[in-house]
Amino acid sequence: MKRYRKDIESGQKDQSRELHHDPGPGSDTLSEILNVTGKEMNASRRDFLKLCGFSLAAVTLASCKSRISKAIPYIIAPVEITPGQPLLYASSYMNGSDYCSVIVRTRDGRPIKIEGNPLSAMTRGGTTARVQASVLDLYDSARFICPLKDGTPVEWSLADEEIISGLNKIVSEKGSIVLLTPTVYSPSTEAVIEGFLKKFPGSEWVMYDAISASGMLEANKASFGRQAIPDFRFEKADVIVSFGADFLGTWLSPVEYTKQFASRRDPEKDMNFLVQIESGLSLTGCNADRRIQAKPSQEYSILLNIYSEIVLAAGGTDIKAPPCPVDVKWIVQKLVSAKGRSLVISGSNAVNNQLLVNEINILLGNIGNTILFDSFLRTRRAIDSQMENLVERMAGGRVGALIVWNSNPAYTWYDRNAFTEALKKVELTVSISGTPDETNELVKYICPDNHYLESWNDAEPKKDLFSLMQPAIRPVFNTRQMAESILKWTGSSVEYYDFIKTYWSGRMMTRQKEYSDPVLFFDNTLQKGVFEPDDKIASPLSASNKPESSNFNASLEPVGNGGSESEFEVVLYEPVAMGEGRQANNPWLQELPDPVARICWDNFASVSVKQANENNLAEGDVIELDVLNLPVHLQPGQAYGTVSLALGYGRRRCGVVGEGVGIDVTQLASFENGTVIYSGRKVNILKKGENYILAQTQTHHSMEGRALVREAGLDEFKNNPAAGNELHEYFKGEERNLYPEREYPHHHWGMAVDLSKCTGCGNCVVACQAENNIPVVGKEEVYRVHEMHWMRIDRYFSGDDMDPEVVFQPVLCQHCQNAPCENVCPVAATNHSSEGLNQMIYNRCFGTRYCNNNCPYKVRRFNWFNYTEAGTLGGNLRDAAGMTGDLRRMVLNPDVTVRAQGVIEKCSFCIQRIQAAKLKAKTEDRALMRDEIKTACSQSCPADAIIFGDMNDTESELFRLIGSGRRYRLLEELYTRPSVNYLTKIRNRIS
Amino acid sequence: MFQSPLRNPLIKGQKTYRDVTTQILDPLLSKPGKFWYMGITLSGGAMLFGLFMIFWTIWQGIGTWGENRTVGWAVEITTFVWWIGIGHAGTFISAILLLFRQRWRNSINRSAEAMTLIAVMCAALFPLIHLGRPLLTFFIFPYPNTRQLWVNFNSPLVWDVFAISTYFTVSLIFWYVGLIPDIATLRDKLTKGIKKSIYSFLSFSWTGSARDWHRHEITSIMLAAIATPLVLSVHSIVSMDFATSILPGWHTTIFPPYFVAGAIFSGFAMVLTLLIVARKAMNLEDFITVDHVENMNKILIATGSIVGLAYMTELFMAWYSGVQYEHFALMNRVKGPYAWAYWIMMICNIGSAQLLWIKKIRTSLLATFILSITVNIGMWFERFVIIVTSLHRDFLPSSWTMYKPTIVEYGLVIGTISIFFTMFLLFIRIFPVISISEEKSILKIERACAGRKHDNHE
Repeated sequence: MKRYRKDIESGQKDQSRELHHDPGPGSDTLSEILNVTGKEMNASRRDFLKLCGFSLAAVTLASCKSRISKAIPYIIAPVEITPGQPLLYASSYMNGSDYCSVIVRTRDGRPIKIEGNPLSAMTRGGTTARVQASVLDLYDSARFICPLKDGTPVEWSLADEEIISGLNKIVSEKGSIVLLTPTVYSPSTEAVIEGFLKKFPGSEWVMYDAISASGMLEANKASFGRQAIPDFRFEKADVIVSFGADFLGTWLSPVEYTKQFASRRDPEKDMNFLVQIESGLSLTGCNADRRIQAKPSQEYSILLNIYSEIVLAAGGTDIKAPPCPVDVKWIVQKLVSAKGRSLVISGSNAVNNQLLVNEINILLGNIGNTILFDSFLRTRRAIDSQMENLVERMAGGRVGALIVWNSNPAYTWYDRNAFTEALKKVELTVSISGTPDETNELVKYICPDNHYLESWNDAEPKKDLFSLMQPAIRPVFNTRQMAESILKWTGSSVEYYDFIKTYWSGRMMTRQKEYSDPVLFFDNTLQKGVFEPDDKIASPLSASNKPESSNFNASLEPVGNGGSESEFEVVLYEPVAMGEGRQANNPWLQELPDPVARICWDNFASVSVKQANENNLAEGDVIELDVLNLPVHLQPGQAYGTVSLALGYGRRRCGVVGEGVGIDVTQLASFENGTVIYSGRKVNILKKGENYILAQTQTHHSMEGRALVREAGLDEFKNNPAAGNELHEYFKGEERNLYPEREYPHHHWGMAVDLSKCTGCGNCVVACQAENNIPVVGKEEVYRVHEMHWMRIDRYFSGDDMDPEVVFQPVLCQHCQNAPCENVCPVAATNHSSEGLNQMIYNRCFGTRYCNNNCPYKVRRFNWFNYTEAGTLGGNLRDAAGMTGDLRRMVLNPDVTVRAQGVIEKCSFCIQRIQAAKLKAKTEDRALMRDEIKTACSQSCPADAIIFGDMNDTESELFRLIGSGRRYRLLEELYTRPSVNYLTKIRNRIS
Repeated sequence: MFQSPLRNPLIKGQKTYRDVTTQILDPLLSKPGKFWYMGITLSGGAMLFGLFMIFWTIWQGIGTWGENRTVGWAVEITTFVWWIGIGHAGTFISAILLLFRQRWRNSINRSAEAMTLIAVMCAALFPLIHLGRPLLTFFIFPYPNTRQLWVNFNSPLVWDVFAISTYFTVSLIFWYVGLIPDIATLRDKLTKGIKKSIYSFLSFSWTGSARDWHRHEITSIMLAAIATPLVLSVHSIVSMDFATSILPGWHTTIFPPYFVAGAIFSGFAMVLTLLIVARKAMNLEDFITVDHVENMNKILIATGSIVGLAYMTELFMAWYSGVQYEHFALMNRVKGPYAWAYWIMMICNIGSAQLLWIKKIRTSLLATFILSITVNIGMWFERFVIIVTSLHRDFLPSSWTMYKPTIVEYGLVIGTISIFFTMFLLFIRIFPVISISEEKSILKIERACAGRKHDNHE
C-alpha cells in the first residue's frame, strides 16, 4: 500500500534530542521572516534571500516535524528531506462543509500543491477546484497574524486570560454561552467541544451551515426517523431524477458524487440516465441526458404529479394532483422500470419537497439500494431553526457570550441586519477565524485559527469513515488552532495533538485488528490518511420506520402564490468556484470562469434569452432587482420567468482580492417553515440605463457546425462504436508528410479525454494553474482576452437558446506531431522532443506570437504584461491580485519556470513531472512504471475523464482508448496529428 | 524645341541645361518657406507622439495594444506590410522602368526611391517593437555562438529578415549611386563652408570625366538588374508570412503575385500623393508634368485591376474548394463584424482604380490626389482585413473574439506616417528631389536639334 507521510517522531525519537523549544509569540514564524507590517509584504530581493538562507531552514523544519512545538535542528539532518525533492503528506481538507481527503506536496518546507488521496473510499483521489486552490489560502496576506482585541494585537496569554475570566463571569451570572460553528465532523473536536460545554454550565453549541441541508434533515427525520443525509449511491442508480440538485458541481459532496456518476458514463458498460429539472442551467444540468426547465414554484407540483403517477402505476388510488406544467409520464415510466435502481433527489431546502422526494424514493424501493442509511454524510448537520432561534435570543439579550468559529452569519445569514444588531447585545464576543470577515469585524476578541495545512485534526465526513489531518508546515503566523483554543479555555493543559492521539488510541484502537500498538496504529493511519474501522456499525432503518409502512399524506396545496406574469422568480445557487464565499480572497478561484456562463470575477443575474429580448436587455445591462443592482447575463437554458443569482460574491471584508467583487445576494433568501429558502422569491426587474462589463473567457457559444465535439446517442453507439465519429475514418488515409516521419523510440506521451465523463467542473484548470505557476491577470485583463490558463474548458451550446444541449471540451496544448507552431518560430524557441512533446523554451522566445497565430487550437498564451515580475525592465508590474507578494510567492512550484514578460507559454504535459519520474527510475536503475506519471489535470480529475500515458506502451489504458472507435483528434483535417485524443461524447438519449 | 508628333515633351518650358540645374537646386540653396516649417512642425510633433508610444510599448509591454489571445497580430503587422508595399514603387520606377527604357521616369525616380528607403525604415520599425522582448532582437540573426543556437530557416520570419535587409541595402546603394553626379553639382555650386565639405566628401571626388560617367552608367544598369527581382521577391516573401501558415484566409497560394501587385499599386499611389504636392510647392511643374501623373495612373489601373481580380479569385476559391473553414473565413470578411473594413477595402481599391479609365479623372491633378489617398487607405485596410479578420475567428469558435486597437496603436500608425513625412521633408532640403543629371539626358533644347531630325530617346 502506498504510504505518504513519514512520521518523524517515531522514526527519529532515538536519535534526536527533542529540543523543547517554545516559540514565543511571533518568533521564527514566516511573518517575521518576511517582516510583515501590514498588507504590503515585500522584502527587497536581497533581504529576502538573506532571510531565506537563515529562516527557510526553520520553515523547512516546520514541515518535517511531526509536532508543532518541537524543532529538530538541521545539524541532525532529517533523513527524509532532500533539497529539491518533494515530500508528500496525507491530510484532510476541511473548510465548513467542504471535505476532501488529500495529499499535500511540499517542497523545501512549503506546501505547494494539493492532490486527491486515492485511498479515500469517499473522494477516491478526486478534488474540486476549491480544494486545489486551498493551498493558496495558506499564503493569504489578509490572514490574521496574531490575536486581536478590539482590533489591536495582543498576546495570546492576555487574550486567553480575559476570555476565560469573561466566560467565568457569565457562568457566575447564570448567563448563557453559545459556541457557533459550522457542522463539526471531527470526532476529536466534537469531544473537545463537549468538554467545553461541560466545563461551562449553561453553555450551548449551535451549528450553522451557510448553505444548509436543513430541509432534507428534517424531512428524513419525519420519513425515516433519522435526521441525517443518507449515503447516496449514484453509481447504483440507472435512472437519476434531480430537482435542482447540482450534485456534480456543489451539492453536498460533489467529488464523491462525480466519481460515482462518471463511473456510469462509460457507454461500453451500463450507462445511467440523468434527468435534471431546474431553473438555472447548472453544471449537472449541462451533463443531463434530458433537462427540463421549471420555475422553483413548480417543483412541488411536478413532484406531486410524479408521486401520483407512481402511486397509480403501483395500483394505488389517484390523489388528484394539480395540473402539471411539464410532461412527467415518461419520467415516471423510466423510474418505475428501474425500481430499486433509480434515485430521485432535490436540492430544495423546503421540508415539504424533501418529504415528497422521500415518498417517491420509498415507492420506488430505492431506500436500501441507492439511498443507504447504514452510513450517512456528517458534513452538513445544521438545522436552520436553531440559528434563527439563536439570533432571536441574542436580540433579546439572552446570550452572554458568543464564540464564533469559521462561521460568518453577518454575511451568509439571510437576515444579516438582525444578526449584526443582535450581536451588539452580546456581552462577550469572540471569533476564532483565520481570515477577516464581516462577522469578526464586529467582535471583541479575534483568536485566529490555523489554516488546515498547519493543523492537526481528524475527520469523520461519513459515518465510520475517518481521516486524519496533519500539518504540512508550521503555522506561518502567530495563530492557534480552534480546538487548541477551546482546550485552553476549558482549562485543559493537554495539547490538541495529544488529545487526538489519546482519542484515537482509546476509541479507534478497539475498532481494528491490524495493529496492536496504538502508536503504530496512529502512525500508519497518518501515512494512509484514512481509516475505516473493521466493525462498521450497520444501522439499517428500524422496523418502526420501514419505508413501506409510511403513512404519508401529500399536501395538495401548491406552493407559491402565482404572482403576476411580469415577475421573476429568484433562484440563488452556490457557484462552482466560489461556493458560499469562504474563499473569496483566493485569486485562482476568482479567475476560474463559471463552468456554464464562462464569466469570472463577478456574479450576475442570469435571465433567459427570450425574456431578455422581450425586456430589451443586453448582456451586461444593469438591472434593479428588489434593492440590488446587478448586471444581466443572457443564459441559454434559463427557465422563462426566473433569474438565477450566485451566492458567495460581494464580500465586504475578506482581503483585497475578493472585496467588492460581485454583489451580495444573500438577502434575497427567506426563512419559511423552519428552513432558509433560497429559491422562489418573486421580484420585479427594472432596467437601469447603465451597462456593466462582465469578464467572459468565451464569447462565442456555437460550434458553427464544425465537428469539434463529436457526439452520438447510446443506441447509435451500440450499433456502431464509431458513431458520430465518421470523419475520423474519412481523414485516416490522408496522412502524408513533406518531412521525414518522426520516430519516438522510447516514450511517446499522449492523453485521452473522455468527453462522456468530463463534467466540466474546472478542477483541472486550477490544478494546472497551481502546478505550473500560471499567473492571475485580474478582471480587466480577462476582459481584454489576456487570460493565461493553459487548460481551458470550452463549452458549446447547440440547439435552441431556450433548451440547449451543452458539451464541454477541455482544451490544452495538443502536442501535435506535425505542429504548426514549430515551423513558424523564427528562433526555434518551440520544438519537438524525442518523446513527442511540443516544447517551449522560454529563454529563447522573444515573442513574435507567430506560433500563437498559427496554432489552430489557440492554446498558446502570451505574457502581455509583466505579470510575474520575472525578467523585467522594472516599474511596470501588473499584478492585479497580489500574486507577486513574498508570501503569495511561497506557493510557486520551484520545478517550473516563472515566465517573463513578452514570452509565449503553454501546456507542457507537466514535463517537470515526467522528468522527475524518469530521473527517479534512472537512479533506481529500473524502467519507468506504467502510470507512474500523471499530469496535474489528470491526477485529480474527479470524473477520471483525463488519461495520460505512453502511447508506445501497448498495455496501457491510453493505448486501449486510442484504439477505441470513439477516439478522434481535434481538427484532424488539418493533419496536425495531435497527441491529445478525444473520445466521443455518448449521450443516453431517450430511445 | 523639337516637338514629337507622338506625345508631349517630358520637360516643359524652354529650358537650358543651366535652367534645369538652377530650378532643381533652388529649393536646396534658398531658405525654406513657411509651408516647409509648418509641415516639419506638424509632422515632427506627431512623430514625437509616435516615439512616445514606441517607448510606452517597450516599457509596458505589448499588452498596451489591443491584441489578445486570439488576435496575435493586428495593426502593427498591417502597417508593416503597408509600408513595405509603399516602398515598392521606388524600386519599380528606378529599376524596372530603367531597364524598359521608360525615360519619363527620370524626373520621378529620385523622390520615389527616397520614399522607398524611408518607407522600408518605417516598416522595419514594426517587427522590432512588436516583439515581446525587443532587446533580444539579435536572436533573429544566424550568428555563430558558443551555444550553437541557430535560427529556424523554415520560418518565413527569417526569410523576411533577409529579404527586407537585402532590399534595403540594394535600394540604398542604387539610390546613392544615382545621387553622386548631383551631389557633385551641389558641391560645385557651393563656394565655401561645412556644407561644401560634406557634399564634397559625399560626392566621392566625382570629376565628371568620361570614365566617371561610364562607370556610373554601368553600375546603374547592373544595380537595376539586381534590384528588379527584389521588387518581386520582397513582397512575395512578406506574403509568405501568411501564405505558409495554416490559417484560413492566410493559407493561399495566390498571395505572392497578389501582394506584389498590391504593393506597386499602393506605392504608386503614395508617389502620386507626394509628387502632386511637391511639384506645386517646389515649382517643379515643368519637370513633373500631367503626363507623368497620367502615366502613373495607368499603372494604377493595371495593378489595381490585378488586385481586384485577386479579391474575386479568393472568393471564388473559397467557394470552389469546398473547405468549410476557408469558406467561413471569406464569408466572415464579407458579412462578419469587420465587414465595414472589407467594404472600405473593396470600394477604395477596386473603385479608385476603375475610375481612372476615364481620361478626365486620370489627367486631373485634384482627382488623382484624392484617389491616391483613397488607394492608400484601401490598401491599409486590405492588410487589416487579411490579418485581423482571419485571426479573430479561426478554427475553434470558443476562442473567437474581437479586436479593437488602443490609442497606443493609433499612435504608432500616426507616428510612422509622421516619421515618413518628416524624413521626406528633410530629404528635399538635403538632396535634389529630381535627378539633375538624368533630367538633362532627356532635355531637348533648340540648339541641339536645330536643322535635323532627331530620334526620341524613349
